[in-house]
Amino acid sequence: MKPEHKSTDQSLSGPGLEFVGLSKVQGPLIVIDNIRDVGFGERVEVVTATGETRQGRVLAVSEKAAVVEVFHGTSGLDQSKTRVRFLGRPFELVVSKEEILGRIFSGLGMPIDGGPAPFQGESRNVNGLPINPVARAYPEDFIQTGISTIDGMNTLVRGQKLPIFSGSGLPHNDLAMQIVRQARILTEESGFAIIFAAMGVRHDEAEAFRKSFEESGVLNNVAMFLNLADDPAVERLIAPRVALTAAEFLAFEEGLHVLVILTDMTNYCEALREVATAKGEVPSRKGYPGYLYSDLASIYERAGRIHGRKGSVTQIPILTMPDDDITHPIPDLTGYITEGQIVLDRTLFRKGIYPPVNVLPSLSRLMSDGIGEGKTREDHKNLSSQLYAAYSKAKQVERLASIIGEEDLSPTDKKYFEFSKEFENRFVNQAKDENRSIFDTLDLGWELVMILPRSELVRVTEEEIEKYGKASHTGYQEQPDKDKGRT
Amino acid sequence: MKDTNQGPTPLVTYISGPVVKAKPAHLLSMNEMVEVGEDRLVGEVIGLEGETATIQVYEDTVGIKPGTRVFGQSIPLFAELGPGLIGQIFDGIQRPLDLLKEQWGDFIKRGKTSAALLRDKLWHFEPLVEKGSSVSPGMAIGQVKETEAIIHKILVPPGISGTVKDIAPDGHYTLEDKVAEVEVRPGEAKGLKMFHRWPVRQPRPYKKRFMPSIPLLTGQRVIDTFFPLAKGGTAAIPGGFGTGKTVTQHQLSKWADADIIIYIGCGERGNEMTGVLTDFPKLLDPRTQRPLIERTVLIANTSDMPVAAREASIYTGITMAEYFRDQGYDVALMADSTSRWAEALREISGRLEEMPAEEGFPAYLASRLAAFYERAGQVETLSGDRGSVSLIGAVSPPGGDFSEPVTMHTKRFVQCFWALDKELASARYFPAINYLNSYSAYVEAVSKWWQQTTSPEWRELRDKAVEILQEDAKLQNIVKLLGEEALPDDQRRIIEGAKLIKNDFLQQSAFDPVDTYCPPLKQFYLLKVIMHFIDRLQDVVMARVPLFRAMELPVVEKIHRAKYTIKGEEIEPFLQIMKETDEQIDALIEKNREPYHET
Ligand SMILES: Nc1ncnc2c1ncn2[C@@H]1O[C@H](COP(=O)(O)OP(=O)(O)OP(=O)(O)O)[C@@H](O)[C@H]1O
Ligand SMILES: [Mg+2]
Repeated sequence: MKPEHKSTDQSLSGPGLEFVGLSKVQGPLIVIDNIRDVGFGERVEVVTATGETRQGRVLAVSEKAAVVEVFHGTSGLDQSKTRVRFLGRPFELVVSKEEILGRIFSGLGMPIDGGPAPFQGESRNVNGLPINPVARAYPEDFIQTGISTIDGMNTLVRGQKLPIFSGSGLPHNDLAMQIVRQARILTEESGFAIIFAAMGVRHDEAEAFRKSFEESGVLNNVAMFLNLADDPAVERLIAPRVALTAAEFLAFEEGLHVLVILTDMTNYCEALREVATAKGEVPSRKGYPGYLYSDLASIYERAGRIHGRKGSVTQIPILTMPDDDITHPIPDLTGYITEGQIVLDRTLFRKGIYPPVNVLPSLSRLMSDGIGEGKTREDHKNLSSQLYAAYSKAKQVERLASIIGEEDLSPTDKKYFEFSKEFENRFVNQAKDENRSIFDTLDLGWELVMILPRSELVRVTEEEIEKYGKASHTGYQEQPDKDKGRT
Repeated sequence: MKDTNQGPTPLVTYISGPVVKAKPAHLLSMNEMVEVGEDRLVGEVIGLEGETATIQVYEDTVGIKPGTRVFGQSIPLFAELGPGLIGQIFDGIQRPLDLLKEQWGDFIKRGKTSAALLRDKLWHFEPLVEKGSSVSPGMAIGQVKETEAIIHKILVPPGISGTVKDIAPDGHYTLEDKVAEVEVRPGEAKGLKMFHRWPVRQPRPYKKRFMPSIPLLTGQRVIDTFFPLAKGGTAAIPGGFGTGKTVTQHQLSKWADADIIIYIGCGERGNEMTGVLTDFPKLLDPRTQRPLIERTVLIANTSDMPVAAREASIYTGITMAEYFRDQGYDVALMADSTSRWAEALREISGRLEEMPAEEGFPAYLASRLAAFYERAGQVETLSGDRGSVSLIGAVSPPGGDFSEPVTMHTKRFVQCFWALDKELASARYFPAINYLNSYSAYVEAVSKWWQQTTSPEWRELRDKAVEILQEDAKLQNIVKLLGEEALPDDQRRIIEGAKLIKNDFLQQSAFDPVDTYCPPLKQFYLLKVIMHFIDRLQDVVMARVPLFRAMELPVVEKIHRAKYTIKGEEIEPFLQIMKETDEQIDALIEKNREPYHET
């Protein structure tokens, strides 16, 4: 699964403008003097002394010189013999459904599965264009993933961008694969595709994804864009854009519902930092460039639905938080752009809980429009809010218990203590192949909140308790002395 | 505009992202608007040095080459002001997004577009002056009923005064039609159309400023009762991601009792703008019963749109706000998020290789922020009316850390600080406005209004509630170590009381059909009911009745539910709850006095 470094792309028409010799090589950047007629952002081919072709892009250009980033790195480039060809157009991907699905490409969109390069379709600029907010359709179609912490408390909807914030060694890949395997849209069955973009991930990880697609029999609906750990770092800057160009085409031209997995965005950001440092830019936090937010937005915003078009692009980016730190610029800026986040937690993982989703810092911003009567169930919103309130209180009680001891907790606090354990072991925890329906998830949620005294259930209504709470909780007993005074 | 195809033009010499340099500079002036290349990409001159002009381009510069022509427009970056603004959605440099969609389809491309305001639409103009009247800047020469809710006054632009030589009769006109002619000097007349242009970076003039004293009611209890904003005031909403900045600003846009709302999505999500676009035509303004969109102007420069236009979007928005203020309206402007604006400033500054100050931000960050918030205010307009611009800016501190430059500087220039809290948000306690470190400098100023409108005891009640929350915060430190059980009942009264204030008053879901908006009277009585109960708990404690007995009284459940069940401006049900509180607490105390009833 290694990308080929020699261009086999026949579609590059015309020689473009060619210049020989580099005036400067620095990190992934080269500077070419005495150029003319070169445009900002255009695609570049760099031909080494040995005839190998590398891809690049113009980062800045003046009357005299151009600065080019080389996606395959600059090692081995000869200052006097290297030839640089300016192609006069931006980085593009040729797209057509037949030629993309079921295929494996490099991070630059070159086939690495032995098949031919796509050539029938149209060429699209991989940078894409912003979707006009007027044209967007608000995402509100519930996707059932079969995972309780997601469906019940951080609902995913079609056209959402919902990243997984993970840490090294946590089972984010397993979770992503489980989502891909189980994701169902309750209301309708329709054509779908999966776009998988790897940035700097290990061979075995990419292979595990491929296997998982194969086992669930969807391989023909998948396109993989792979930049692996030993592939050039700078190529990671293009990989997600190439993948999203394919996704947008499949969604908005071919009418498919496309699920895009981008992993690992942390590697992407590190590549961006590398280029920024080489350019000598003033860094902002932790050495990352000040435009990291805008740059990430140009990736994450390429999700959504469009009025009058059938398909949708749903993104599940995965990132590993350096040192498990959610305030690190990468998760932080991601959270500021995406429509929520699913946060994995090392403490839960150590307790043996899978998926180790910590619901408290997790969020789905599009949840309130995707759930409720007619979509999931009328009690969904309040129950979810109650579970949040209860678990958050339970965590405080756990802290208290660690100081004064479980024995000395008040009777109510003891209930919270119990709730916390049950919630983690039964609601959060589930098997890797366990596919819970939304109704099972909600019933389970009710069963758990009913552990608590009725007076603690301030986020759900009396009617809901009557209708769902009692029914779901077989062990539930009226608390006689509480209800006495009520009429 | 000057005929830009004639004569020599500067040529591009350098391109790096949104920053372009061109020579010779003497053909351009500072802050002049320019168009770059045959695609006519809009830009602005932001620096002149020697023979080199630096231009920030508001559109994608991919493909631009050295040697490309730059066309000066002879005017600074401006906004078009006139009928046709309301209900519209524009990008950061006021390109109309719905027309862009017609022109280019679902994706935003670059290059020249139609003007901001529709030129061929007919508006019903009613003259307000006669031939021979003398007019001065800011005076209305006529009006157009733009929506059911908004009468758009046609103002004499700043800089023009004289005698009306001609005025169009009542009738239908387009924006290009001349509706008046004013003799500014003997023999020199100026024609006025229904719109004019104004440079966005320049504040519009007014006669004088007033101290804000009327609350800008938002229907959000934690804001109106605890940390009120005044009409013409300034507020910041800082908070980490997902803490509720956008939802709060959407709530304010929906329910604030302003006449006009300007909502700027500055470097934020596309779907959030789409959400407003879908909701606002359906939601009704509680005051006028008209769709909210009929009083709203949207500016969307989402995070994936060009970064330089993001910087401009704030100014485009505030200029529109001032323009409606000048018509005598109360305007509220939301900017989500000012941090993205500051980052755009930083990005451009970095490309100019300016000397950075804190965290890479340019040294002028503070003065730019100050100048922006300074454009808020309640004023006497040039024509003697009163109008106001209230500014509400979201701040997105990296890592949720309020000690970063944008939050720190903003704090210096705003009067209300609604600090959002990650802990509260993760417990889904909304609005997650931290009641301990938020503040408003307007409490004193708006007290009079509240006391006149609700009751003279408003201020006392509010202050008492704040006090209980502060005492509670202290006690919580003990609770964390020892548990609630360890406290004596008089202190538990504070804890229980604070719980009622927090859960039954402050907590307010934006998504609840009833509780999303809470009118002033309801706010007052809800708080009164709760504070009355807390007061009566004192009697319970004094009578040595275990506190939890009081918390089990049926009336407590009624208090919990009051915000959802009592609608509109009803008072009676609140009085009823207070009556029940007294009855039940009296009975409880009575019962415990008789020893044989004790359990
Ligand atoms: N007043 C509220 N009532 C109910 N829910 C709320 C309220 N405020 C916030 N929320 C919940 O919190 C989520 C995040 O809020 P919001 O999108 O406003 O955050 P934000 O601070 O703008 O984040 P970002 O900086 O990433 O844009 C919302 O999707 C909603 O579920
Ligand atoms: Mg927001």
